[in-house]
Amino acid sequence: MRDRAVELLLLAAGLVAVFTTLAIVAILLIESSAFFEHVSIVEFLTGTMWTPLFADARYGILPLVAGTLTTTIVALLVAVPLGTLIAIYLSEFAPSRLRETVKPILELLGAVPTVVYGYFALTMVTPALQWLMPDLPGFNMLSAGLVIGLMIVPYVSSLSEDAMRAVPRYMREGSYAMGATRLQTALHVVVPGAFSGLAAAFILGISRAVGETMVVAIAAGMQPNFTFDPTQPAATITAYIVQVSLGDLPHGSVGYQSIFAAGLVLMIMTLVFNVIGFSLTRRFREAY
Amino acid sequence: MMDSSTMARAQLPPQVGERSGEEHSLRNDQPVPAGTPERGESPKISVTVGDTRKVRTLEVKAAVENLSFYYGQHRALKNLTIPIADKQVTALIGPSGCGKSTFLRCFNRMHDLQPDTRYEGSITLHPDNLNLVGEHVDPIEVRMRIGMVFQKPNPFPKSVFENVAYGLRLRGVRNRATLAEEVEKALRGAALWDEVKDRLQDSALALSGGQMQRLCIARALATTPEILLFDEPTSALDPIATAKIEELISTLRDQVTVLIVTHNMQQAARVSDYTAFMYLGELIEFDEAAKIFTNPGKKATEDYITGRYG
Amino acid sequence: MSDNPAIATFLDPKLVRDGLSRRKVLDQVFVIVGLLVMLVCLAILAVLFIDLVRDGSERFTWDFFTNFASRRAERAGILAAWVGTTLIMIVTAVCAVPVGVAAAIYLEEYAPKNWFTAIIEINVTNLAGVPSIVYGLLALGLFVYQFDLGQSIAAAGLTLALLILPIVIVATREAIRSVPNAIREAAYGLGATRWEVTKDHVLPYSTGGILTGMILGLSRAIGETAPIITIGALSFIAFLPESPFTSEFPFISFGWLNDPFTAMPIQMFNWVSRPDPAFQSNAAAAGAILLGMTLLMNGVAIWIRYRYRKKINW
Repeated sequence: MRDRAVELLLLAAGLVAVFTTLAIVAILLIESSAFFEHVSIVEFLTGTMWTPLFADARYGILPLVAGTLTTTIVALLVAVPLGTLIAIYLSEFAPSRLRETVKPILELLGAVPTVVYGYFALTMVTPALQWLMPDLPGFNMLSAGLVIGLMIVPYVSSLSEDAMRAVPRYMREGSYAMGATRLQTALHVVVPGAFSGLAAAFILGISRAVGETMVVAIAAGMQPNFTFDPTQPAATITAYIVQVSLGDLPHGSVGYQSIFAAGLVLMIMTLVFNVIGFSLTRRFREAY
Repeated sequence: MMDSSTMARAQLPPQVGERSGEEHSLRNDQPVPAGTPERGESPKISVTVGDTRKVRTLEVKAAVENLSFYYGQHRALKNLTIPIADKQVTALIGPSGCGKSTFLRCFNRMHDLQPDTRYEGSITLHPDNLNLVGEHVDPIEVRMRIGMVFQKPNPFPKSVFENVAYGLRLRGVRNRATLAEEVEKALRGAALWDEVKDRLQDSALALSGGQMQRLCIARALATTPEILLFDEPTSALDPIATAKIEELISTLRDQVTVLIVTHNMQQAARVSDYTAFMYLGELIEFDEAAKIFTNPGKKATEDYITGRYG
Repeated sequence: MSDNPAIATFLDPKLVRDGLSRRKVLDQVFVIVGLLVMLVCLAILAVLFIDLVRDGSERFTWDFFTNFASRRAERAGILAAWVGTTLIMIVTAVCAVPVGVAAAIYLEEYAPKNWFTAIIEINVTNLAGVPSIVYGLLALGLFVYQFDLGQSIAAAGLTLALLILPIVIVATREAIRSVPNAIREAAYGLGATRWEVTKDHVLPYSTGGILTGMILGLSRAIGETAPIITIGALSFIAFLPESPFTSEFPFISFGWLNDPFTAMPIQMFNWVSRPDPAFQSNAAAAGAILLGMTLLMNGVAIWIRYRYRKKINW
């Protein structure tokens, strides 16, 4: 009898996770639907102006999506090659002592608060970039994207390294026995063998970059700007939500509701990446 | 320095280096530099065939002499001396943990992939007089000349075709027609061509276990290795697939020197020409398979093959 | 040797050696490139961290910890911020740890293998991937307005508790899973109920892993900025929340739960956003302290994991 009560209590705790998801979806949908009573979905999805705080408010999400995609792409251009390279090095080349030292450091780097990375972007990386490109504005997506990229390198390389370590040893031995070098084994056998695991690492990295908030809020400027030029200042979806939250929009106003609509778009974007990423990971685990 | 051929004769029933006074005989005191292997005449191994007492002379493909192997401080192989006859099947048997796989993996230097391992003695590959375990000999070069088939079939996560073409691609072969020709030849050699000729582009991981193992044999054959090593190649397979592999090994004898580790004594008796019985890292007995399995010279060998331990 | 002249040259042992040396050079080049890239990445991050500490070093005084925020950079401090962060962490830990551990126990020890359990598991996995700012939106709609908690410490603590719940659950499940089944079977064999097995055996043996997960979760929470900005944390606060300790019985009060607050990352963000460069030093100092706190927590977590791993040898 008491055992049954305990079980129900534990089940209730498990259900908190389910309720959290439901609550997220419910809140986003309820507030967004209130938003869409004022703004047409067509304008929202196709408009190229996002000026909810102006007297002449316009609600086209495309500038925010463009900002999000641009910073994400810059971040990936940094994180994917560097992350993969480091993962290959750690998994196939590094002596085990070095690997055992670097792995915890990578984990530690993943725990650094993102607001600290934002500080780096604004006060260190941007001045360095301005030294190279004198015309670069003080707020720009390039700096934010580079720092996000650097920030997720540990995450991507740690996940990729796990995926490559999971390729069984007999597979590598087969290649070495054919007279392959370590590089040939890594590129021709280990990377293809770990492919879905690597893809999952990249996609989860994308999801991180898309959802990243503080770096872009601090370093990219918070001006919605419909451009894919990384040297320009722009706002991302996340930066816009922060910007509105910092102000004093009354509860229930269209501006207040707009952050939920933006959040819904963000949620859908990351959800798609996460579902693909996790299902790839699962498939990869089944393969071995 | 003691003439090693004399020593080998003293220990081993099949007389190695029968012709006395051979200058090129199996020395291990002077490792041949990697850059310039000098091809020499191979030492000979003479055998008596059947009860006709007819003497046949075989060439030695690889001469193992005083080979010891260490994992850190642990000496896993102790002073092995065995001649491996050219184009013959030599089987290594013994209870598990006796070092037979460790010994096999010395031939293609797989131990070099682990840190803190060390070889002593020599395995001289003839006719190039190349010491396979020599300090200055590149393990990758060794592996390019010595093929290996593993216990668990381990095709790469690639197509059937690419698996077989792998070794040639490593060596820089790019010509599509040449690759196709060689892949077909290797697959035929491994008795797999008819089964996979219509699915060369399918993933190798979709094949059955026995087919995978024959694919691994084809993969090794494609680069025409001088010695082919088998590490318990049938232990993960069903009896029918096992029979096919055994049959294949018997036919391979014509093209390549085969060294096979097996825990299955019937298998050793069926496929091998020569058999070495090992125990606790030492060679107990080496002889023609027929003799080992009918009239072993040592008590320990007899105990093992009659199933008294193992 | 192959009889095919087209590939004979590729297989000739003598010629093979030439190709091999080229391949080995490539191999060596990669070793150097890989090591270099890794070291450069780590070095860039190290330089950034060192710069952060150096920029903030002039603010590392006692006053910095005991002063409230101020319009004058050199007089501004982080008193309200660190007190706020501490109180929020208490709420977060009190909420997230029991619920997370309980959920993990349910999933590992009790849950039947059916679609319902699968839904819970998928939920936990997906929640771990939800951007933190979305938790902020959830909190804004649910805690701040629906539950009418306002922009309070309670709302912030609950938000971060939900945020780290998946981390605690995943870490606890891993710890529980590493307890060998033989132990459970031994206890069941003696007639223990499922709860007794869990409470007397599974939980004590997985304490290390659970602690690690808890600390890692809290170290994530301590640095989270976006969700508490979203619920509307004030960044300029010149007062402390109501003290949790009182002079009268029962000597403890929960009034602080409803008080407005600021927190370390918010304070840092506020300073970073100011154009006056004098505030950048404050931001750097706050960042260095925040960084120190998260690194310390992670270090402790790694240390605990290591210690428990050494102590228990299954």
